Amino acid sequence: MISILTTYWPDFVEGLKYTLSASVLALIGSLIIGLIFALFVINPLKPLRVIGRIYIEIFRNIPLLVVAMFFYIVMPQFIPHLDGFTAGTIGLIIYTSAFIAETIRAGIESVDLGQMEAARSNGMSYIQAMRYIVLPQALKIVIPPLGNQFVNLVKNSSVLAFLAGFDLMYQGNLIASTTFKTTDTYLAVGLLYLILTMPLSYLMRYLEKHWSTGAAE
Amino acid sequence: MSMIEFHDVDKYYGKFHALKDINLTIERGEIVSIIGPSGSGKSTLLRTINGLERISSGKLIVDNFDLADSKTNMNKIRKNVGMVFQHFNLYANKTVLENITLGPIKVLKKSKAEAGKDAYQLLGLVGLTDQAAKLPSMLSGGQKQRIAIARSLAMKPKAILFDEPTSALDPEVIGDVLEVMRKVAKQGMTMIVVTHEMGFAREVGNRVIFMADGQIREDSYQPQEFFANPQDSRAKEFLGKIIHNS
Repeated sequence: MISILTTYWPDFVEGLKYTLSASVLALIGSLIIGLIFALFVINPLKPLRVIGRIYIEIFRNIPLLVVAMFFYIVMPQFIPHLDGFTAGTIGLIIYTSAFIAETIRAGIESVDLGQMEAARSNGMSYIQAMRYIVLPQALKIVIPPLGNQFVNLVKNSSVLAFLAGFDLMYQGNLIASTTFKTTDTYLAVGLLYLILTMPLSYLMRYLEKHWSTGAAE
Repeated sequence: MSMIEFHDVDKYYGKFHALKDINLTIERGEIVSIIGPSGSGKSTLLRTINGLERISSGKLIVDNFDLADSKTNMNKIRKNVGMVFQHFNLYANKTVLENITLGPIKVLKKSKAEAGKDAYQLLGLVGLTDQAAKLPSMLSGGQKQRIAIARSLAMKPKAILFDEPTSALDPEVIGDVLEVMRKVAKQGMTMIVVTHEMGFAREVGNRVIFMADGQIREDSYQPQEFFANPQDSRAKEFLGKIIHNS
């Protein structure tokens, strides 16, 4: 395994770069879109609730590979030059955002209703009450489950391999098929994924601890 | 113009008739106690006044705003009508000082310095100046409720609604909260208080409303007289039970 790692190190680094870029982009994108759809499903306006629910249920219940393939195969008919990396990252964002929306929704709903009522009675608009009072409390609650989503996201980014996304898994496949040293190659790939995800897990655990002692209820 | 006017107001929760044909006018400066058995619609009535509950039919005018009109901006009413809750509902993610200053800064667009100065004055009024930097979770129930009153006062409202402000408190701290409410009453604030504190209703309030089954059964401008000699049969029964229990 060591010899595979040293011989093909530049390829692995290339793969890590793509995996990391896709993960970071998808993390930011799915957090923003997830938050938006979470705010939709808890909205007093029914049309927004319905739209939010439909989005979440559809993308939560379709396999990631199918979502990603859709963007890779179908979308280029409308948007030319959509490469595998972009299509895969969009797929990842959309798939993950459905789970994140559901997680954030649960967090918002676990904040006592009295907090919203107090803020509204204080003269704040719905948006102000959400922004200053409810969301900060909800996001704190949601840190541990969001951490799990982010770790899953890094692992799920291996779907890019199917779309010629140049990620770690894609490089691994190439190396395995050239050298026929499949065991060593996939062991190395697994190790590199661990190196990416383990610190993330620890970081999330640290944040969880730090936040819950810092400004807990 | 009166502060609050109910005209033939009804409120339904599904089929449940929570408020029945409410007609009530409250003038500025009145201190109104609303009493009655649980489930009588007291809190519902109170919560319609700042739009936390919508009325089903009738007319409700608060501070010259028509609450049944969907074009009415509720935030404008709430800016002028404060509310104190049974379970305090202090902002859990904000310090005591921020709880008091957030509304003035975000809604009244006051500067942080000005809001802070006002807040310290109010902390003095409720006797909790030394707690300014703490989070609500570190306070006792009585302290929380005094902060909630200060938060409400910071908006310089025209009226404050109190929804059973002492019901969740330990008996030995109820006096502190009532003391603060007396001070607020002395400043001439319009106060509508849903309460089980008959002492407050009798001595501080200048009007008592007795509710049962979603209706106003008795409305008296002489609290002493009402408690000594209630006219309505349900009021007699209710007060009889309370006196037996205490």
